[in-house]
Amino acid sequence: MKIAIASGKGGTGKTTLSTNLASFIAESRECVLSDLDVEEPNSGLFIKAELIHEEDKFKMIPEWEKSKCELCGNCQAVCNFNAVLKMGKMIMVFPELCHGCYACSELCPTDSLPMKQKKMGELKFYKKGNLNFIESKLIIGEEQAVPLIKQTIDYVDEKFGEDVIKIFDSPPGTSCPVIEATKDADFVILVTEPTPFGLHDLKLAVETVKQMEKPFGVVINRHGIGNDGVEMYCREDNIDIIARIPNDRLIAEIYSRGELLYSTIPSVKEAVKSISNYVDKFNSQKKRETK
Amino acid sequence: MKEIVVISGKGGTGKTSITASLAYIGGEDLIIADCDVDAADMHLLMDPDFGKAEDFFSGELSLIDQDACIKCGKCQDVCRYDAIPIIDSQYIVDPLGCEGCGYCARVCPTDAITNSQPNVGKCFVSNIRTGSTMVHARLSIGADNSGKLVAKVKKDAKAIAEEQKKIAVLVDGSPGVGCPVVSSLSGASFVILVTEPTVSGLHDLRRVYELVKKFGIKAGCIINKADLNKEVSDDIKIFLKEEDIVLLSEIPYNVKFTEAMTNGKTIVEYDKELGNIISESWEKIKAIEGL
Amino acid sequence: MKIVFTAKGTDMDAAMDPRFGRTEYFVIYDEDTKSVESYDNRAIEGEAHGAGPKTAQKLAEYGAEVLITGNGPGGNAGTALKATGTEIYVGAGDMTVTEAYEAYKAGSLKKA
Repeated sequence: MKIAIASGKGGTGKTTLSTNLASFIAESRECVLSDLDVEEPNSGLFIKAELIHEEDKFKMIPEWEKSKCELCGNCQAVCNFNAVLKMGKMIMVFPELCHGCYACSELCPTDSLPMKQKKMGELKFYKKGNLNFIESKLIIGEEQAVPLIKQTIDYVDEKFGEDVIKIFDSPPGTSCPVIEATKDADFVILVTEPTPFGLHDLKLAVETVKQMEKPFGVVINRHGIGNDGVEMYCREDNIDIIARIPNDRLIAEIYSRGELLYSTIPSVKEAVKSISNYVDKFNSQKKRETK
Repeated sequence: MKEIVVISGKGGTGKTSITASLAYIGGEDLIIADCDVDAADMHLLMDPDFGKAEDFFSGELSLIDQDACIKCGKCQDVCRYDAIPIIDSQYIVDPLGCEGCGYCARVCPTDAITNSQPNVGKCFVSNIRTGSTMVHARLSIGADNSGKLVAKVKKDAKAIAEEQKKIAVLVDGSPGVGCPVVSSLSGASFVILVTEPTVSGLHDLRRVYELVKKFGIKAGCIINKADLNKEVSDDIKIFLKEEDIVLLSEIPYNVKFTEAMTNGKTIVEYDKELGNIISESWEKIKAIEGL
Repeated sequence: MKIVFTAKGTDMDAAMDPRFGRTEYFVIYDEDTKSVESYDNRAIEGEAHGAGPKTAQKLAEYGAEVLITGNGPGGNAGTALKATGTEIYVGAGDMTVTEAYEAYKAGSLKKA
């Protein structure tokens, strides 16, 4: 069972929800939390667990070999990303701009641009009891989030079976990285706040998951602040509101220290519990349907 | 003419609310550019008339002409993104998977593949309720923000500012640390960093400041929700001192901040106390920049 | 020595463009022959990503030894210019090309 936690806008409480939900579920059974916000992974600030494995993640980029190169410039002509340029008497490769399409390498008449591994980020695997936490982080300046997200999901799939609950903390927005992070999910939880900004960005996120034909539900964070625009929108569009986390200065304070909430704040515990129940119900229904 | 750019690294710090407040204070003296196109929310506070709309094209997308295709499969062989599946015995480009590298078109023996720039969104030039003009954009689902789009929004805003002899362009900058934020910063005279005293806030502030530093742009910082966590607030202030960043103001945690937005108002219109703090920041910026 | 300025126009009176990668024009001043050339870089608008290195490449074609600009190039363009041995001076974003040249001569621009 794969659950993606996403939001149209940053700062709505995606990471707060992911870390608390995963820790809560892990109290009773095995659970994986994976931070796919590889540009700014923050889940790790809230999960204190033991590092049990780390590995570098690579992408393939061309590397210039001077000896046979005739400086014909074909590599530059076939690169749509300005990642390979002829600078005077040399060929320069800009790894952060490279999408790894292989065109320059395979179309080079003298084989002077063989593809080589280049580190794009790091994956870390932490464990505490039933909670497995896997995060990946891009190197600064690296622009392609999608390949690292893909490799991280592959790693999680490889390590854990179908029956383990997997929670993916997705990047914000509606662009390619979010689509990559949610396209394999069985269910998407959209986190929003009940404000005009929250509503506006929620609508974009709903459009995105609908286009991907994913079942989804909404969690309202900072409930009580703002207005009832989000509630009305969900009611009119028949979208389930799975839980509401109240607006509370104490919650903001605990969050600011990098601590989990559900063990000290009863309302948060209630919220993660109802999400967990909702997801279980969804899962067993799905199992029945596939049978 | 100056260019003042507001960025935050992390989402949800109040960047857009603060930018809108500065836009309100500056009134007719400023042209506004919303480059936070992934979560473009400023229009909700500025009441734009979406007066002039223009389609925006970017990137590349391959398309296979089925009449010319001889089904040799070479395109599928070279595509590293698995974006050319066979559907109903036809080779079809999946627009969400295609990265636009153009390799397939280069190897097609019958020239059946063409690349076109897809329409990825719309750009608007609007009259807003401050009596001034705002340039903003809206992306289609799955489309990425890019340096190109940010550069276009800023360029249009600057042209208007120059023509109307305004004192500055105020830019709501892009999130993250990638190409869009680089393009947001390029050409800036002053950067306003909006942060919050949370472990994630400080973490992301450090990351994004590395970029600002590389560009050698003067910077000031607004700490929002400053009293939420004194310890982290102090850490932020030490960081600002080390990096020679001006502390523009500290805004206390206050629900009025969100209430203002809920009422479609900027903070300066809604709450005198909070409004004064932001006005003071603006005076400081004006003094530094000689506006 | 060939000095290149990022500019909004084509001659020495033009205002500087503070941007490097997406600058509208270059003004190329040859100190030896006192000649002024310019290059129209506006096609760079069409590049979604990687404007910086692309512009650096143009500079290399002109054989620029010194670059004078406003904010300075980003990471990729910086790497490219370093490889071709171009010296970079920043902080001239608010000047005209002539003023920027004088500031460079007076040693008041920051070396990046």
